[in-house]
Amino acid sequence: MKAPALRRLLVRRLLFGLLSLLVVSALLFFATNLLPGDVATALLGQQATPESLLRLRLELGLDQPAWLRYVHWFIRLLHGDFGTSLASGRSVVSELLPRLGNTLILAAVAGAIAVPLSVGLGLISAMREGGLVDRALSLLCVLTISTPEFLLGYVLIGAFAIELGWLPSLAVISPGMTLLERAAAITLPVCTLVLVVMAHMLRMTRASVLSVMAAPYVEMAYLKGLRRSTVILRHALPNSAAPIIAVVTLNLGYLVVGVVVVEVVFVYPGAGQLLVDAVAKRDLPLVQACGLIFAAIYIALNVTADMLALWASPRLRHETLRHET
Amino acid sequence: MPARSPAPVHRRDVLAGLGGAAALAGLGLFNASCAVDDDPALKSGNLLRLGMAGGSSADSLDPRTYLDWVPINIGYQIMNGLVEVDGAGNAVPELFESWESSADAREWVFRIRGGVVFHNGKPLGVDDILYSINLHRGDTTSVAKGVVANIVDVKRLDANRVKILLAGGDADLPTTLSDYHLLVVPAGFDDWSHPIGTGGYRLDRFEPGVRSITTKAGDYWKAGAAHVDAIELLVINDAMARTNALIGGQVDIINRIDGRTADLLRRNKRLKVIRSQTGQHAIFATNCTADPYENNEIRLALKYAIDRERIVKTVLNGYGTVGNDQPISPRSPYFDADLPVHRYDPDQARYHLRRAGRDALAAELKVSDAAFSGAVDAAVLFQSAAAAAGITLAVKREPIDGYWSNVWIKAPFYVSYSDGRATLDAAFSKAYKSSSAANDTSWRNPEFDALANVARGMQDPRRRRELYGECQRMISADGGAIIPMFIDHIEAGSTHVQGWTPSALFDLMGQRIGEKVWLQS
Repeated sequence: MKAPALRRLLVRRLLFGLLSLLVVSALLFFATNLLPGDVATALLGQQATPESLLRLRLELGLDQPAWLRYVHWFIRLLHGDFGTSLASGRSVVSELLPRLGNTLILAAVAGAIAVPLSVGLGLISAMREGGLVDRALSLLCVLTISTPEFLLGYVLIGAFAIELGWLPSLAVISPGMTLLERAAAITLPVCTLVLVVMAHMLRMTRASVLSVMAAPYVEMAYLKGLRRSTVILRHALPNSAAPIIAVVTLNLGYLVVGVVVVEVVFVYPGAGQLLVDAVAKRDLPLVQACGLIFAAIYIALNVTADMLALWASPRLRHETLRHET
Repeated sequence: MPARSPAPVHRRDVLAGLGGAAALAGLGLFNASCAVDDDPALKSGNLLRLGMAGGSSADSLDPRTYLDWVPINIGYQIMNGLVEVDGAGNAVPELFESWESSADAREWVFRIRGGVVFHNGKPLGVDDILYSINLHRGDTTSVAKGVVANIVDVKRLDANRVKILLAGGDADLPTTLSDYHLLVVPAGFDDWSHPIGTGGYRLDRFEPGVRSITTKAGDYWKAGAAHVDAIELLVINDAMARTNALIGGQVDIINRIDGRTADLLRRNKRLKVIRSQTGQHAIFATNCTADPYENNEIRLALKYAIDRERIVKTVLNGYGTVGNDQPISPRSPYFDADLPVHRYDPDQARYHLRRAGRDALAAELKVSDAAFSGAVDAAVLFQSAAAAAGITLAVKREPIDGYWSNVWIKAPFYVSYSDGRATLDAAFSKAYKSSSAANDTSWRNPEFDALANVARGMQDPRRRRELYGECQRMISADGGAIIPMFIDHIEAGSTHVQGWTPSALFDLMGQRIGEKVWLQS
């Protein structure tokens, strides 16, 4: 009985996600339309004559009302066609895919390092609550949380690229680079991202583990004569998994969609920079595509987080499903 | 007791394995992205690496769209112009080998260079020249339409000469034709993702807003040019990232440095700084048709109420020249050094206010660093200097995004900018003639229009200098633009780069640096 209920819940979440995407696309479209200027003024520059502007607007179909352009865009999207960029005339997919690939690589590498590292360190912190290690890690977290990420990037560049000269400051991947050179190229941005997202996950792991430490079953475990590390890993951690999963997915989402500042500092050709360029040029199809992909990634991660949390916590699952049915 | 979970995998196994799986996924993706072709030119060691501001993901190599420096620079690597401007600002032959004009400078004959071949093997001919010029004429969305607006007809004279007819005489036509939009491609060419030109390099790879790679195209017709084997241009719009890349040795040359950074880089023994004094200038624009700026006494009061020397020293760190409210720089051969100078003088400013029937003036000045880097600081300095003359300026900071749509020309008093122009007529046509589409100040003066057009067609240098001096005097004494300073272009690079000199126009040797410099190991 429970499996169909879970499945129903998943389907409902996915449908709700699709609805969110629709709302996001409409918001993006009409909000970008509210910005001053349009793609014609962006492309023709200061010396545009009224005739050239008129001509370009006709060419690009900007003479039609915004809602009609949105409907046309939406119908094409239903056919799987993201359209062409108004600014460059190239297909949106060919513009977006390489950039998105770059973003995903960076996010995947940073996530693969940051998640185990911060959950692990969070557990160590919890085990050594109040000890030297715990306090040192707390200090590190406060430092990295309160430092803006671009400054963190500049500090790393100053130390490792300028002073020591060990690593490049530009995260540019060129043809002809060896795997090692490629790894070196993205080391500094990856380190920056790891430092940025680590603190949240580490603190959340520590806090949620410690919050269940006062529970009667933990006391029972101690009374059985178990060591603190065993109590935490086998009894406390599984019961505090839900909030940890939530904060981990939130940070993974951030690694994909929120890293434009890091992309700028390290000149990394990711999707965030593409979105900023597209907004500056008022290039609606490209803005729409970037926005939709980002929103879809966020929604997918959130649905995954919800499902994983339900799955990891029998009590939560029980309550949610009873509520649903 | 009911089954705890329908899933075959236990949650604890997954919690433990999650980290490892993610790491594997990451490595997999990373490997996949490495399957990119090897480029021998990049390994030869004779690679020039440019780190440049001024590129966007929307860039195209179609010369009709050039608005920023990155596509222009790439364009010049691949294609040639009609005429070149040398470091002293003179027009020198490029694909046009020689020229002559009628006495009224309305009919011009240009001889096309022989023996030049496109990258696809086609020899350069008259048709290619006609096609390339006409890309910007007539029914087109070319941003350079205004540059060739004076041309009535371009026609073939014989196999290697073209004739250009103008609406109004232009003794500077060869310089006008040095415009960076007028690049030459084969007749009928329209595949702008792979431009074919007669330049020293051919395009290997172009990732808009990210980079381009060009490699040497074999024998280049131009003597003493195209020294390096390949050029890699990286788009680095962030100033700090650009500087870091240069210091860290990842690029050889960077553009667009501010005065403060220039002094810091000068201290580095491995780097050199190149400073070009061009016509690039800052503008505080008043709208001459809006109250109270329609009264020239108010405009003059503002012109005397700004401390130009201080702004040059503070905002530009000395990398600039004081301006005198007209757009022709002191480097121009036609600059009139006898113009009365609007030096900071609060008493003089008050005098003009009184002549306008006022004791004091309160005005709002809209600013943004979108106009030029340091615009907000310059406005604040203007504000404090003007206060001594009884002028209260409210400095209102506007967002960078949308500044040129929202504020430019629309606000009665705002900050603007202009790059240097190849000819005086280009500078006047851009923003000071009645017909100008980019007239910052809405200053319109038929007498000036007529004078500027006579000066443009005047072949006699002495007479021309007098006429152009009068044009400058009219703008300076009556125009709506307060031009406090000319801003130097500053670029920096490794001391390995040789053959590198300041530019008369823009920076990076008029954006032709790719074919000019070589690397000394």
